[in-house]
Amino acid sequence: MNNLKIFVDSKYIDNYETVLPLSGAHAVAEAMRQINPDTVAAYPITPQTPIVERFSEFVADGKVDTEFIPVESEHSAMSATIGASAAGARAMTATSSVGLALMFEVVNAASGMRLPIVMPVVNRALSSPINIHCDHSDTMACRDAGWIQIYSENSQEAYEHAILAIRLAEHPEIQLPVMVAQDGFITSHSVEVVRILKDEVVKNFVGERKPIHSLLFSENPVTFGALELPDYFFETKRQQQYAMEMALKYYSDIANELTKLTGHAYPMFEPFMLDDADVALIALNSSAGTIKKVVKEMRQEGKKVGLLKIRLFRPFNYELMKSMLKHVKTIGVLDRSFSFGANPPVFSEVLASLRSENIFSFVYGLGGRELYESQVRETFDNLLKGKFDAKINYIGLRE
Amino acid sequence: MTIKNVKKRWKDIPIGGVIVEPKTSLRNKTGNWRVQKPVFHPERCIHCMLCVPYCPEDAFIVEDGKLKGINYDYCKGCGLCASVCPVKAITMEDENVEQENDEK
Ligand code: SF4
Ligand code: SF4
Repeated sequence: MNNLKIFVDSKYIDNYETVLPLSGAHAVAEAMRQINPDTVAAYPITPQTPIVERFSEFVADGKVDTEFIPVESEHSAMSATIGASAAGARAMTATSSVGLALMFEVVNAASGMRLPIVMPVVNRALSSPINIHCDHSDTMACRDAGWIQIYSENSQEAYEHAILAIRLAEHPEIQLPVMVAQDGFITSHSVEVVRILKDEVVKNFVGERKPIHSLLFSENPVTFGALELPDYFFETKRQQQYAMEMALKYYSDIANELTKLTGHAYPMFEPFMLDDADVALIALNSSAGTIKKVVKEMRQEGKKVGLLKIRLFRPFNYELMKSMLKHVKTIGVLDRSFSFGANPPVFSEVLASLRSENIFSFVYGLGGRELYESQVRETFDNLLKGKFDAKINYIGLRE
Repeated sequence: MTIKNVKKRWKDIPIGGVIVEPKTSLRNKTGNWRVQKPVFHPERCIHCMLCVPYCPEDAFIVEDGKLKGINYDYCKGCGLCASVCPVKAITMEDENVEQENDEK
């Protein structure tokens, strides 16, 4: 207990239980123990991570009340998690790499049904060639799947982000699933000192899930995941976009609440020696730590370099990115994945933040809705007139 | 045919495509999917009830153990009933052909 004083500011020390040497995976498992979800479904062999392995020990030791469902594949893991969440449970799973790829179909179903599932993901490469090590191809391939994505620099952040994610996911105006990413091996298997909050502090922060609809409310029977044809599909998808807008709106409030307990800040984008930087790198996950060290060294040499670390990648705050970079002369964006034949994912978003004059987005035709000539004409006419209020606009949506 | 646009805006529907009341499928009149229509010939029917469980839309009208007819609001014209009927008491006709009366 005494070493808490070394690692934790005295102002927050009452909220902490201990410091433990934990890998990123075990730190997240610890967060899951404290969250004590109703259901965890997971596939127990590769590409699973020590997150679920450790968590299953907590289940076996009776340290959580969780119904643990060992399923036969990652696709089933997400499917069972969806079922539990639709029933009203606080449901979690965890995955990595090709496991996430196998889940992909139902990853989209989770967000489409607006189920606030929290899923830690250990970032690892996708096949082929077979490779078990870190890159971001897995979660970046899911960046359009309707999940909030939070990226973690180290074990401590992975632990705290998992706790934060529950509140973000379950906020009544958000109701979206969240991926909490950390780097494979670099973070997931490297042991660091992790400051652990008291169980009841976490319990109070996450509270109880209050589902809006539940399959088990027999007095109000509902159907999840039914058919929607071109007449309604687009409207349901527009709601998901709105939920992401709400996530952007409420993220800071929820993050600040956690900051009051931990003493750590969780800005969407974290500047490091950026204020007077001429040159900045942009990165997410563990490389941000590596870059910070180099930035400090180069500052000693009088070089005006800095870092902007991305924590919240989905939703993406374009305006904030633009404002934080406006003084920076030259920017380098680090991507640990390809978007083959196109700009890599992080680069693409930063570019969009900075170069966005006279270009507007029009989303149309989802779920088979027709695009009519009259709508094309109207779009042209509006563009000829000049600017739109919003960056993202919709053709054929019932506003 | 005039279709009244009663479709709701995106802010006015339950989130996640959740259907919040039971029996909404009753409002989905699948009858307008038909290209062909099953025509019931009661004089041939032996009331074996084989067509009833085969119908995916539960479109058969049964009273007192007797087959009485077909509910065309929901019959989508799949033709399963005609193919399972052992005595050809249901035949499929083109939807645009006026077929008010059975033969004779
Ligand atoms: S055609 Fe198909 S839907 Fe119509 S009554 Fe026969 S089985 Fe039912
Ligand atoms: S299958 Fe044919 S004979 Fe049997 S009840 Fe249906 S229509 Fe009548």
